[in-house]
Amino acid sequence: MNTLLESPRNKAVARFAQLLASDKRYKILEAHIKKFQHRQDALIEVLHKAQELFGYLEDDVLRYTAAQLKLPASRVYGVATFYHFFTLKPQGEHNCVVCMGTACYVKGADKILAAVEASAHIKAGETTPDNKLSLLTARCIGACGIAPAVVYDGTVTPRQTPETALAQINQWVTP
Amino acid sequence: MAAKTLTIDGTQISAENHTSILQAAKEAGVKIPTLCHLEGVYDVGACRLCLVEVKGSNKLMPACTTRIYEGMEVTTDNERLQKYRRMTLELLFAERNHVCAVCVANGHCELQALAYELGMDHVRYDYCYPKWGVDASHRFMGMDHNRCILCQRCVRVCWHIEGAGTKNVSGRGSKSHIISDLNEPWGNSTTCTSCGKCLLACPTGALFHKGDTAGESLRDRSKLEFIVNAREKQQWTV
Amino acid sequence: MTLNDLQETKAKELATRKKIVLRCCLAAGCISSDAKGVKEQLVKAVAEAGLQDEVEVRGVGCMKLCCEGPLVQADPSNALYIKVTPDNAPAIIAALKGGKVALQQADPNSPFFTKQEPIVLANCGLIDPERIESYIAADGYLALHDAIVEMEPKDVLDAMVKSGLRGRGGAGFPTGLKWGTVAKSPGARKYVICNADEGDPGAFMDRSVLESDPHAILEGMVIAGYAVGADQGYIYCRAEYPLAITRLQKAIHQAKRLGLLGAGIFESPINFNIDIRIGAGAFVCGEETALMASVEGKRGTPRPRPPFPAERGLFDCPTLINNVETFANVAPILRRGVEWFAGIGTEKSKGTKVFALAGKIQNTGLIEVPMGTPLRTIVEEMGGGAPDGGKIKAVQTGGPSGGCIPAQHLDTPVDYESLTQLGSIMGSGGMIVMDETTRMVDVARFFMEFCMDESCGKCIPCRAGTVQMHHLLVKLLAREANARDLAQLEELCDMVKNTSLCGLGQTSPNPVLSTLRFFREEYEELLQPDPHAVPQLAAKP
Ligand SMILES: Cc1cc2nc3c(=O)[nH]c(=O)nc-3n(C[C@H](O)[C@H](O)[C@H](O)COP(=O)(O)O)c2cc1C
Ligand code: SF4
Ligand code: SF4
Ligand code: SF4
Ligand code: FES
Ligand code: FES
Repeated sequence: MNTLLESPRNKAVARFAQLLASDKRYKILEAHIKKFQHRQDALIEVLHKAQELFGYLEDDVLRYTAAQLKLPASRVYGVATFYHFFTLKPQGEHNCVVCMGTACYVKGADKILAAVEASAHIKAGETTPDNKLSLLTARCIGACGIAPAVVYDGTVTPRQTPETALAQINQWVTP
Repeated sequence: MAAKTLTIDGTQISAENHTSILQAAKEAGVKIPTLCHLEGVYDVGACRLCLVEVKGSNKLMPACTTRIYEGMEVTTDNERLQKYRRMTLELLFAERNHVCAVCVANGHCELQALAYELGMDHVRYDYCYPKWGVDASHRFMGMDHNRCILCQRCVRVCWHIEGAGTKNVSGRGSKSHIISDLNEPWGNSTTCTSCGKCLLACPTGALFHKGDTAGESLRDRSKLEFIVNAREKQQWTV
Repeated sequence: MTLNDLQETKAKELATRKKIVLRCCLAAGCISSDAKGVKEQLVKAVAEAGLQDEVEVRGVGCMKLCCEGPLVQADPSNALYIKVTPDNAPAIIAALKGGKVALQQADPNSPFFTKQEPIVLANCGLIDPERIESYIAADGYLALHDAIVEMEPKDVLDAMVKSGLRGRGGAGFPTGLKWGTVAKSPGARKYVICNADEGDPGAFMDRSVLESDPHAILEGMVIAGYAVGADQGYIYCRAEYPLAITRLQKAIHQAKRLGLLGAGIFESPINFNIDIRIGAGAFVCGEETALMASVEGKRGTPRPRPPFPAERGLFDCPTLINNVETFANVAPILRRGVEWFAGIGTEKSKGTKVFALAGKIQNTGLIEVPMGTPLRTIVEEMGGGAPDGGKIKAVQTGGPSGGCIPAQHLDTPVDYESLTQLGSIMGSGGMIVMDETTRMVDVARFFMEFCMDESCGKCIPCRAGTVQMHHLLVKLLAREANARDLAQLEELCDMVKNTSLCGLGQTSPNPVLSTLRFFREEYEELLQPDPHAVPQLAAKP
């Protein structure tokens, strides 16, 4: 066997070709990258799109993005881990984001969080073992006028209490 | 090139335009403590040890990234600056696990040397004792995250001198750490050329040559400066 | 587009206005309480009553009294319905015909509304943010026309200097001076950036402006671009504001279609493009150098200044970076005149400031008041004081970089200098009211945790210093700290403040320092005896 063919570079190229052929989402990502003309400063925009498509940023996606934008893989990883919004781990089917901004905090967001943590047996930032629920916190979602606010699967819900929060998440996980 | 006159610690000196306070001070024989600064790569102003007072500014300025100007009056050393520098070192010692006695860099560590020099003999803060591991996967180099001070010197040499881009910083805040590629074991890296420049750059025992035992690691940092000068200025004299 | 076209658009829009308008808040706060359903049902009820020709149901931006949402207001009767549900729609229509109906209402003539002086929020809650015609009908893009067609860039710069406008993003830097520096800096390309990262927890002013009046931001940015000689703008908006992003995208699209953005604005040779960049959840990216790194697709870590962005910013080019509210002031200043603007506010702080009132207060929502308005007017008269007859203990301004102002200082006029004197800052405008049940040490810990989590980790004092300060505060709260720990905390505050690289670290001790200044006894109450203390000699009899 020709050793040249086995160089890491060729292996990576072959892997990307395979991914593009077998997974439609890579095609969409490729189109998105083209829209930005492969510009390196579009990295964050591209990662947003990738996370939207894949739900999280798996290694192959990061490698593919790095190659397409002509950036070192370590740089892409550094950026992906700097921002809270990006996640490298698969997320649960449902998610619950408790706002821990000041206004929500002074109105008892900590108690809501504690109640959900206790009921679902996970800590903020974790996903239940059955992959049903990911519990997250946010640093102010700008909904202070209706504090305390919780976001269930993307829907901002006003004036929550530990009871209303539990009623909602118990539809997803059995306590 | 136009020269500028300025005073450093009361002594009038002149230096070329566009030099940093750090460079000007060095030429005048004044030593300012540094950790993140490394000859040959660009400065980032991150460690804050080189902070100096500049007359007319109510903020302390990092000597490594601040350019001189005509008539500038710089104070590089006084009680307040010394206190801040000692506290910075204390914070570093408390942040990760620096056990000098068993460190390969014992005796050749910039952090340790600075602590001696600035008289930082004990740490008043509670140690954080984080659980950081050692990456010993590379054939002849190792990375001990417990000794890393996140100065990013390795990241900068790996990118700007070697051009490999293997090293970078992952995460943020106190959870930041140095990675190879996609946070993979260094030994599996497909980009690392094993050039060893990051080892030369590291001020502490975080990056080490395997097989060195405590107190053995000697680093010739001037090699890095040599490569840069050779490349950029065609100067092959050492 | 020419001036004529603009006036025609306005005339046409006004001509189609119906006698009665039902304004229905469709900003994020009310949408979370089903404002969309309310609007749908209102449209249906209007149709059922056969009033299509008389009544317009208009989706508008924030109507300010967010805590009582969803809100619906009727013009011209001015009746303001609160906590409206979709089922209320028929009753609201019935009320239009003069019927007395049992619906919850708020008094539009209460101090919460009458004490406001809307400049930035002038269109907020009145126009439809998703239709450019609605903005044009409110004299939108007139200032842009005047600037580009009738003024030289230096005239615009002059006007900004004379207006006395200062940056609303926190530091209060004179806007005219900043624009002038960018205009003077040599560079083949220049950029204009709108800082819409609004990371301060407890602040939602910028969000409301973006959602309620996005064209005002675009207009301000184009004028700025013209004045400083830039042809590309970026709006850096945080990902937590999806509605704001959608409305901005729509607005950009509409403005381009009408030739108010893009190539050849108002048929002049002036070009200006705006792109949106979406943040990804990092508070530090509100800091200008970090923000620019983020726009460049990098880790959002700040870098030392100088060089300032005005000299070397985005992609190493001279860059003007201003806050959302700062840009929102630009068009009104040009349209209504520099003297008018400079006549509002105090000697050193001109114009108005928008605040987001939240926390333990009756009326939470948005207010815009002249600079120099006493805090007491804001929290007691307008905000209605603490709910359920509670007592206000302190007001927190400036978020994690600010401080707590105790009740005894409520008569302080709100302007940049007075707040700084009290050890707080104006900040971007978040105002959190705290009542007697709030423990100040816990508040300090809350903010320190915030700074610790949000520290970028680049410089040592902030990365490791916030960890130690947080640790000491936790120790205090657990009643495990002694006087030496407290002294150490104070020493660290001083050190981190003076040695950190960027504003995040430099201001992270502020909440501790200000609560120590005004509520020291709450710290001391928690102290334990020091086992290693040198025993004090008993005083001689
Ligand atoms: C940690 C930190 C966070 C900041 N966050 C914001 C922000 O969310 N929005 C903003 O407009 N300015 C923010 N700023 C201030 C900006 O750095 C900058 O001063 C401002 O955008 C300038 O605009 P202005 O002159 O219009 O106020 C922040 C500063 C720091 C140090
Ligand atoms: S050995 Fe060379 S290529 Fe490998 S990580 Fe170190 S500097 Fe980079
Ligand atoms: S490994 Fe060494 S050079 Fe790299 S950041 Fe850590 S201490 Fe600095
Ligand atoms: S002060 Fe904090 S946020 Fe700012 S550069 Fe330093 S570590 Fe980063
Ligand atoms: S050497 Fe200047 S900040 Fe580190
Ligand atoms: S969001 Fe509807 S009134 Fe503010």
